[in-house]
Amino acid sequence: MSLLQVKNLVVEFPHRHGTLRALDDISFDIAPGEILGVVGESGAGKSITGAAIIGLLEPPGRIAGGQILLEGERVDQYDFEQMRKIRGKRIGAIFQDPLTSLNPLHTIGHQLIETIQTHLPLDDKQARERAVALLRDTGIPAPEQRLDHYPHQFSGGMRQRVVIALALAAEPKLIVADEPTTALDVSIQAQIITLLKSICHQHQAAVMLITHDMGVIAETCDRVAVLYAGRIAEIGPVHELINRPAHPYTVGLMAAIPDISQDRERLNQIDGAMPRLNAIPSGCAYHPRCPQAFDKCRSQRPDLMNAGATRAACWLHEVQTTTQRESA
Amino acid sequence: MTALVQANDLAMTFDVSAPWLNRVLERKPRTLLHAVDGVSFEIERGKTLALVGESGCGKSTVARLLVGLYAPSRGNLQFDGLDAHAVFKTRQGLQLRSRIQMIFQDPYASLNPRWRVQDIVAEPLIEHGLAQTASELKRRVGELLTAVGLSAFDGVKYPHQFSGGQRQRISIARALATHPEFLVCDEPTSALDVSVQAQVLNLMKDLQRQLGLTYLFISHNLAVVRHVSDQVGVMYLGRLVELADKQALFANPRHPYTRMLLEAIPKMSDSGRGRTPVQGEVPNPLNPPTGCAFHPRCPHANERCRTERPHLLALAGIKIACHAVQEGRI
Amino acid sequence: MKQWWARLGDSDIGHSFRSSPVAMAAALVALVCIFCSLFANGVAPHNPFDLSTLELSDARLPPAWTAAGSAKYLLGTDDQGRDILSALMFGARISLAVGFASVALSVLIGVTLGLLAGYIGGWLDAVLMRLCDVMLSFPAILVALLIAGVGRALFPNAQEGLAFFVLIVSITLTGWVQYARTVRGSTLVERNKEYVQAARVTGVSGLRIMRRHVLPNVLGPVLVLATIQVASAIIIEATLSFLGVGAPPTSPSLGTLIRVGNNYLFSGEWWITVFPGLMLVLISLSVNLLGDWLRDALNPKLR
Repeated sequence: MSLLQVKNLVVEFPHRHGTLRALDDISFDIAPGEILGVVGESGAGKSITGAAIIGLLEPPGRIAGGQILLEGERVDQYDFEQMRKIRGKRIGAIFQDPLTSLNPLHTIGHQLIETIQTHLPLDDKQARERAVALLRDTGIPAPEQRLDHYPHQFSGGMRQRVVIALALAAEPKLIVADEPTTALDVSIQAQIITLLKSICHQHQAAVMLITHDMGVIAETCDRVAVLYAGRIAEIGPVHELINRPAHPYTVGLMAAIPDISQDRERLNQIDGAMPRLNAIPSGCAYHPRCPQAFDKCRSQRPDLMNAGATRAACWLHEVQTTTQRESA
Repeated sequence: MTALVQANDLAMTFDVSAPWLNRVLERKPRTLLHAVDGVSFEIERGKTLALVGESGCGKSTVARLLVGLYAPSRGNLQFDGLDAHAVFKTRQGLQLRSRIQMIFQDPYASLNPRWRVQDIVAEPLIEHGLAQTASELKRRVGELLTAVGLSAFDGVKYPHQFSGGQRQRISIARALATHPEFLVCDEPTSALDVSVQAQVLNLMKDLQRQLGLTYLFISHNLAVVRHVSDQVGVMYLGRLVELADKQALFANPRHPYTRMLLEAIPKMSDSGRGRTPVQGEVPNPLNPPTGCAFHPRCPHANERCRTERPHLLALAGIKIACHAVQEGRI
Repeated sequence: MKQWWARLGDSDIGHSFRSSPVAMAAALVALVCIFCSLFANGVAPHNPFDLSTLELSDARLPPAWTAAGSAKYLLGTDDQGRDILSALMFGARISLAVGFASVALSVLIGVTLGLLAGYIGGWLDAVLMRLCDVMLSFPAILVALLIAGVGRALFPNAQEGLAFFVLIVSITLTGWVQYARTVRGSTLVERNKEYVQAARVTGVSGLRIMRRHVLPNVLGPVLVLATIQVASAIIIEATLSFLGVGAPPTSPSLGTLIRVGNNYLFSGEWWITVFPGLMLVLISLSVNLLGDWLRDALNPKLR
């Protein structure tokens, strides 16, 4: 059974000029222990997806349709108090900025122990031992002493390790990580990615990794979903998607990324920009920028359909279309 | 032929001491931040030098030294044979400034939100007296906007009406207004999405070819650097550790830090590989290690590395500051 | 013209205004007060300062709706037969004029000094901020009292103009500090932004950058402060006039009227002091409410 099932999720932001659809009917699953990457450019809706799942959508944003099922239990309509019990215990969160994720006024030991005791029936001594073990697992040297330090006494990379420890404190089954390495230096990024992979494997936690960096996705994830204008453009195993992308947007995206291993005269560029939420084109949202768009793309929105090893929301992969075009 | 830009032992020290009263009461010494500590390089006309490094390495400070936003604490900058900072202080300084321009990282903060785009692009023209009449000004602004891929009609709009990529184009248009020869680009695409980054990088390359521009390109992204540069300089804690042609650096990185950087970059091709990232983090620039700044993290460090600071020396066509390499140990 | 009006109404600020009944009511009240005071010559039923029209026999008449009142004097008359309603309008004119003038002067001085302190920094900044600290440690009323009192003592027979000048200066002297501090803070932020650095790279002079780049971006909070300070300036002026060192008796402001009426309060002629007091409250309340609305409307985080 899937750990997390998102079915036809719709997230809207009512605005005085009209309602904006930040997420428009997206569906995906995460299996236990799996690492799913959610990648997209700014405005695609990846952070909102994470926020919707954790139940931290900023008002006036709200879930306007669809379902979110955590281990078979519907959580999208839970109120604040119910979500609070789930957060930490069953879903952990890692955000981008380690500086603001930690309370500067409390020692990290205090924050860890508080989280542990909120969700697990442990006394102070047991909670402290667990906190030390977690810090050790995340690679922080001398954890017994560091437990009593304040966040400002840690460097950026160390703080992110503490945040990871916090996220894992109550042994959640799912971790939602929103751009966990973006604010870090390249060398630290590598350390954190390695840590995230190993520790989630060790604690058997699934991860939903939200990022704009395809390189990080390639290194860490098992599967990846590419978001475009609030919809999933393509979803599938990470190597297939990177090496044999099926959706024209994914193709364009892969070609636009500068490659460190070879020289290229020009980077492939996708002309235009992602549409704003109040101006999403009809049919397939990508059609104005797509070199292979045809009539159906302009009028009908494609669902995710099988395209080789991945699934892509693109009429090019509709079986009848191909035969029709061949015979025309 | 002498290079267009020549930096000689540039250094920039910031005084970040506590206020005088606090220092006296708490008996603290002055705190000095050596953001840039002796950097030398040359850029030939029409070429691109990229400076890479992580946070605290001083590359942004170098950029600001080169455009005259800071005056160096030590060393000098030669531009086309002139001592740039000396000239900046004189009346000819304005003329020199028209030859050197800068593009910034943040597309949202680099344009005045209260000004129309046409006024933003026109400002350098007005400041340097490059347009005699209002109609000539308008024409020139229109030309600049179309040269960067926007429309002349976009001039009446305000910056907030444009996307990040378009704002960077406006910044480029502004930078090109005075027909500069040298452009310093401080992480111009770091804040942009991948597809937009591709557009802007392609544009910058095209402009370089058309106008014969020379670039200093600052970035932390080695893949982008590979795409745009001719020469690459790697910085660590205010010092240049390796300076080489692009091909040489990527094919055969010599300095341990360069190797570590290249190893650390998540690659899309071989994923899931087990690799051991280098331990440690960039030390606090206020309290740099003795000797070679990289020695605490370097697997090849020896006693000499802990005590003696390596100098940037030429070695087999590249420049490198590493005892181990110079001694032939690696 | 219509298009501009329509666009303003449709903008975020316009929408915020239209959806706030408090703001609209406050604006209406303030506008009525300003209108009456500006056009007092035409709007007021009498001219209370034209000695020839005064009739001592009409002195100390209660308001029109009471038994002894007369319809001719809607809110009653004071001890010299002056119509209270008309006196209110003329008095409000003085109060508003002094209020706006002192705020305008405060803004001019405060914004300029704040810009210089923030942009140039160094010793200039240190000196100016210490000056602000010193000014802030004196209560505004006391400073104003001191200056006004000293002014009066030095020029006992001064004409009206000088008296008003001294009054405005004394209110300005403590008022400019808020603007200087706010603008300095905003300038420090804007100065490090890249568009300012871009202008410096181009070679634009410091003064030009301050005036054309930084100033438009730091004026937002100043507008809010100024609106609220008009109210407090009016109150300070009223206090000074009440204490006898403000507006001269020949052109009484609301404060002077309150003082005059104070003497008659306990003999039962309440209207002479109460109505000017109510007018003062009305003006400062409506201006304060407008200022509150403006501050919330301009705060992007609250939208």
